[in-house]
Amino acid sequence: MAEFWSGFLLPLIIIVLKILAIVVPLLVGVAYMTYAERKIMGAMQLRQGPSIVGPFGLLQPFADGLKLFSKEHILPAGSNRVLFYMAPMLTFFLALVAWAVIPFDTGMVLADINVGILYLFAISSLGVYGIVVAGWASNSRYAFLGALRSAAQMVSYEVSMGLVIISVLLCVGSLNLTKIVEAQQTIWFAIPLLPMFVIFFISALAETNRSPFDLPEGESELVAGFMVEYSSMPFALFFLGEYANMILMSGMTSILFLGGWLPPLPFAPFTWIPGPIWFALKIALCLFVYVWVRATMPRYRYDQLMRLGWKVFLPFSLVWVVLTAGVLVTFGWLPK
Amino acid sequence: MRGRRWFGARKEGDEEAMAFLDRAARSLFLTELLGGLGLTLRYMFKPKVTLNYPFEKGPISPRFRGEHVLRRYPGGEERCIACKLCEAVCPALAITIEAEPRDDGSRRTTRYDIDMTKCIYCGYCQEACPVDAIVMGPNFEFSTENREELFYNKQKLLANGDRWEAEIAQNLAAEAPYR
Repeated sequence: MAEFWSGFLLPLIIIVLKILAIVVPLLVGVAYMTYAERKIMGAMQLRQGPSIVGPFGLLQPFADGLKLFSKEHILPAGSNRVLFYMAPMLTFFLALVAWAVIPFDTGMVLADINVGILYLFAISSLGVYGIVVAGWASNSRYAFLGALRSAAQMVSYEVSMGLVIISVLLCVGSLNLTKIVEAQQTIWFAIPLLPMFVIFFISALAETNRSPFDLPEGESELVAGFMVEYSSMPFALFFLGEYANMILMSGMTSILFLGGWLPPLPFAPFTWIPGPIWFALKIALCLFVYVWVRATMPRYRYDQLMRLGWKVFLPFSLVWVVLTAGVLVTFGWLPK
Repeated sequence: MRGRRWFGARKEGDEEAMAFLDRAARSLFLTELLGGLGLTLRYMFKPKVTLNYPFEKGPISPRFRGEHVLRRYPGGEERCIACKLCEAVCPALAITIEAEPRDDGSRRTTRYDIDMTKCIYCGYCQEACPVDAIVMGPNFEFSTENREELFYNKQKLLANGDRWEAEIAQNLAAEAPYR
């Protein structure tokens, strides 16, 4: 019995608690991300944003959540019932499960695996399945078109994203996310790899289907794209998954390029603030830029999107990988 | 490439190359995108133009044509003499009036209905009225939850008149010099 307790049950409880410690703040973050987005976009358009529910409208996300809970949900005729309900669950599940390898501080990580970056990349690529399945199972033309666009778009941008990650890995010499952050102690990769940082950020926008690459749900032509037929809780799951993905991508950006939990300067007033807070601040900064871009840029046309992905980003990042490798070899800076 | 065809005819080779470089540098350093981002960031700190509607309201002209009212004289006698000019002038045929002499011999309406769903708020009824009985008041917040509530009868219109008399008298006084 004692063995069962110390060998199985206690570790299980600890892991569940750890998971809750990650997921609960994440979901609160998602809720307030929607609030912040509306507030920031409002400010940029000289509006107020939500301001009625609670002080400064701070309870608005919960009011919205309650609204979505209590809505009627509709299963379209001719849809595939199992897949229809599986798609939002898949999206949401994948958005959460990726957080397992994100390090919040030295040693503060649920699963410190050595191929962390590959795992992250794989999970974020799997995200497209949720969308494709949703588009297929809805049995609706708009949803189907949205899903097709999303599939093509995510595949295109993952290629250049992979190359960007390779150039970072060349500088680090490890696939472990903790090692990647620790390699940035002298200088954040955003500075020596600035073009790659920009490409990664723009690809992340495309990867999360955010404006100006929000073609899969482009409301002016596809109504709501792959989620036209969704309502109530399944829709809420898509919504949560999408925003959790945005936060995840921001986390990835800050780990790869902005030094993760490291303070911007390695001396007194900056080092007083604990690592997880720096990490959260960097994520918040990235998310602000996501919203800022959305408030600024009009939506891309589909062929422009493809042209940018294949004819600009792919060759550019390929050249930059070769360049990075060349510089590292020439100056003997290759990590041991 | 397209740029070369456009500019090639009248520009020297050097200038053409410079223009190409210029364009390439512009797109490479994302100058337009960053300029746009700068613009939205500047707007973020500008004062907001929102009018907090249910709590704040915009100013309303004395000529504003809102919800109709039927007015009374200060003594309490209703103004309307059932001349039916408003009914005749109404382009939307929203007004229905029936009238007969009252016991004291004066001519009054027995029925005065306005179908607010037909009304186009042109204000002709108010202009036609010789005794300022039917007037369009300053109220614009009279939405209802069903259609039937918008079929106003005489009782409702007189009640409106009692409710808005102060504002309406003020507005009519302000407008009197122009009539």
